[in-house]
Amino acid sequence: MTVNLIGLARDVYKGMPTTLCAGCGHNSITNHLIKALYEYGAEPHKLAKMSGIGCSSKTPAYFVEQAHGFNGLHGRMPSAATGAKVANRELLVLGISGDGDTASIGLGQYCHMIRRNVDLTYIVENNGCYGLTKGQFSATADVGSTQKGGKVNEYATIDVCGLAIELGATFVARSFSGDGKQLVPLLQAAFSHRGTAILDIVSPCVTFNDHEGSTKSYAYVKDHDVVLHTADYIAGGREIVVDYEPGDVRDVELEDGSHVLLRKLDLDYDPTDSLLALRTIHEATGRGEFVTGLLYVDTNAQDLCERERLPRTPLVGLEEESLRIDRDEWERLMHP
Amino acid sequence: MTQRAVNDFTIRVATVNGSGSQSSNLVITNAILRLGIPVAPKNVFPSNIEGLPTWFDIRVTAKGYQCRTRDVDVLVALNATTWQSDVASVKPGGVVLHEASYSVAGETLRDDLTYYAVPFAALAKEHFADKGDLRKYLMNMIYVGALAQLLGISAETLEDGLKAQFRTKAAAVELNMNAIRVGAEYAREHFEKRDPYRLEPMTGKTEGLLFMEGNRASALGCVMGGCTVAAWYPITPSSSLVEYFIQYCEKYRVDKESGERKFAILQAEDELAAAGMVFGAGWAGARAMTSTSGPGVSLMAEYAGYGYFAEVPGVIFDVQRAGPSTGLPTRTMQGDVAFAYSLSHGDTKHIVLLPATIGEAYEFGMEAFDLAERFQTPVFVLSDLDLGMNSWLAPPLPYPEKPFDRGKVLTADDLNRVPSWGRYRDVDKDGIPYRTLPGTKHSNAGFFTRGTGHDEEARYSELPDVWKRNLDRLTRKHETARTAVPSPIVDGKGHRLAILAYGTTHHAVVEARDRLREAGIETDYVRVRALPLSPEIATFIQRYDRVYVVEQNRDGQLYGILRTELPTHLVQRLESIRHYNGVPIDAHAIIDPVLAAEREPAVVAE
Repeated sequence: MTVNLIGLARDVYKGMPTTLCAGCGHNSITNHLIKALYEYGAEPHKLAKMSGIGCSSKTPAYFVEQAHGFNGLHGRMPSAATGAKVANRELLVLGISGDGDTASIGLGQYCHMIRRNVDLTYIVENNGCYGLTKGQFSATADVGSTQKGGKVNEYATIDVCGLAIELGATFVARSFSGDGKQLVPLLQAAFSHRGTAILDIVSPCVTFNDHEGSTKSYAYVKDHDVVLHTADYIAGGREIVVDYEPGDVRDVELEDGSHVLLRKLDLDYDPTDSLLALRTIHEATGRGEFVTGLLYVDTNAQDLCERERLPRTPLVGLEEESLRIDRDEWERLMHP
Repeated sequence: MTQRAVNDFTIRVATVNGSGSQSSNLVITNAILRLGIPVAPKNVFPSNIEGLPTWFDIRVTAKGYQCRTRDVDVLVALNATTWQSDVASVKPGGVVLHEASYSVAGETLRDDLTYYAVPFAALAKEHFADKGDLRKYLMNMIYVGALAQLLGISAETLEDGLKAQFRTKAAAVELNMNAIRVGAEYAREHFEKRDPYRLEPMTGKTEGLLFMEGNRASALGCVMGGCTVAAWYPITPSSSLVEYFIQYCEKYRVDKESGERKFAILQAEDELAAAGMVFGAGWAGARAMTSTSGPGVSLMAEYAGYGYFAEVPGVIFDVQRAGPSTGLPTRTMQGDVAFAYSLSHGDTKHIVLLPATIGEAYEFGMEAFDLAERFQTPVFVLSDLDLGMNSWLAPPLPYPEKPFDRGKVLTADDLNRVPSWGRYRDVDKDGIPYRTLPGTKHSNAGFFTRGTGHDEEARYSELPDVWKRNLDRLTRKHETARTAVPSPIVDGKGHRLAILAYGTTHHAVVEARDRLREAGIETDYVRVRALPLSPEIATFIQRYDRVYVVEQNRDGQLYGILRTELPTHLVQRLESIRHYNGVPIDAHAIIDPVLAAEREPAVVAE
């Protein structure tokens, strides 16, 4: 039987059968997640699958069934994930959200999670519409994009990647649910990153947003995806064997010693330059395109647990003797 | 002169907010305590940083009553804006110590009061011209000196108090003492004592007692209760609870060598996020709390419902203030009882603790974490501004002898011993299921926590039977809680009438019962300390013709809960007494309606 780094079979990373529509981009993302978690060697018992409400937020039931899941409230997953992470910093926290969950009802929590640099991977399964309530525009719908019935979105779009960079995010990537080759290594890099890793994954809604006129349809996305680079993830401690020409590759070493190798395509893109990232995002949007790849990464920032100087031992493991004031001190407090 | 005038009167210090009177108020309060005389200070302050009127009432009470009194006997008038109404608030026969420049002519002049005029501003200017910004504080210390001279507090007592207050700062003690001497000297030279109010040292009432705010006691409860995650959004009057928690944690929970902190403080973007952090941490297995007030509780409703239904522990301190809406942020109310009890859409019932004293602010602060984990649910601790922010005399807080009760948590070893488990199975028939924590190294440990309908195995379900079965189990859990939460305190002597109260209303009940007894009306008393209601409440009410339910809100919120939950024949015995003007309830708010009803029974008969 084939097993991964920690001796587990790929089936361990599977979950319940999906209840989403056939052909939903989210199902592809789930499959890529299963592959990424398997290849990364995530320990199921340490994985905390957090989500909000919406089609995307149902998906944690569809992978790593052994892991604990927290399907919380609409737009309020970041706060619960923050609490869970500080309580037990050994957890690999994975947040699954959607564009409504993140960019509308959850925009505040999304912003503040990023500000705090909570160590987690936060995925936006972005289809530009509200699937569960039958296709209303979300705040990530592009200006000019249409609904099935022809209604045109006239309101400015919120770019969750641009916003994240503006807020000081330390890992921001964009990808496409149909591009597993790019997405799987980016996911693994996100798991390795210490801090908030944002992955905005364009994920077409086959039922409500896959028509002509939509800028989140499969056809549109395939035609307008500007791939910045291909990515390879090399786990920590592994020898880096590259068959690229020198100078073609940017090697980003992540906090846990792993590497993500970015092979340049048309552009020589530097993912450590936040201004370049913002300009690249905005220019692509202006052309009606979107860029995919590792848009921005900063591996030197402290995450929330470090800033709070939390002990190595998770807070959940602390008992009376290390939490209560001792008797002598107590006596002094009570009899000043 | 009346007997009441010795060690039994109320001093009101009327000042302008931000004028630095708080420390002088504390000096005089501590000095009275050092004489062995019980005090009950009530800070009636504005929602403002500087400029609005503020009052500090110091009740001097030989009997040790801790509630507010509506009588003002001695007024220290240092606010020109409220000068006239402040004088109007003084009881006939009372004393006014005032800034000399205020006019005592015309409307202000009441000939039933004794006036002592001190040129505070001029004295401060004369003696402390070189003290810059400190001058306003020193001017307040001049009032301390003058008042102390009038009431009979010696310079030595004041100096001892100052030394305790400023500890090692000898220069501060000396500077303040100088100002106090200026005031005392002025009073000695210019005033002949013409009023009956004075202090005499006493014993047996205050020795060994703490003088503490409820928020501080609750913070200590959190520390001793093992809280490791505090998520909050600052809001009056609850902020100091978290600030004290931080202060104690920084003192006692930081590793001196590594600097590691055995606690996490998360200042959230709003109260809903704070609640999310609490339930996220509680889900992961940490003891977590948030502290807020009414407006914050409104925002937390969403997560409170989630915590109830998905069965996640979390502790929410609600230091209640006057609502609805922004209301009176710096005034008190027992306004969130009904709201907190059923906070959420759908069928919801929470555990609510109702502390009345410093001891309970501490004990319930600690016990809330045990209950939250035992019952895997949100637990509300409903303090209020009066308890939380005023200082109270209280016995030293006992060191906890019990270990934490972490509730029904299955470890990997437990999972090896059982053939199977289901997150929401009612194995013990008490409605409380078993849970596992993320990080438990066992292939069966994981489950999917959700706010959607779920079966015993935590799987999504929309089946009518499954949905109803789950709600019924939650009801069973709530029933189990009835006897697990702090039980009511009963003082029953077989009288015909009784009073039922909770929280800080207790202190007014204590005084009201004494005074009613003096008026020939004996009452028994039960104090509710938690929701759900103990079965003892019904048993108690059964024994009386009439039970007065006293609380500090307009709508009789606990009265409403009693009406809903008690059998009709008992409901008929309840009479609701409500106090809701923003300042803490006093004994008269109870005595007056009880006397009116009991002396004229025809009026109360419905």
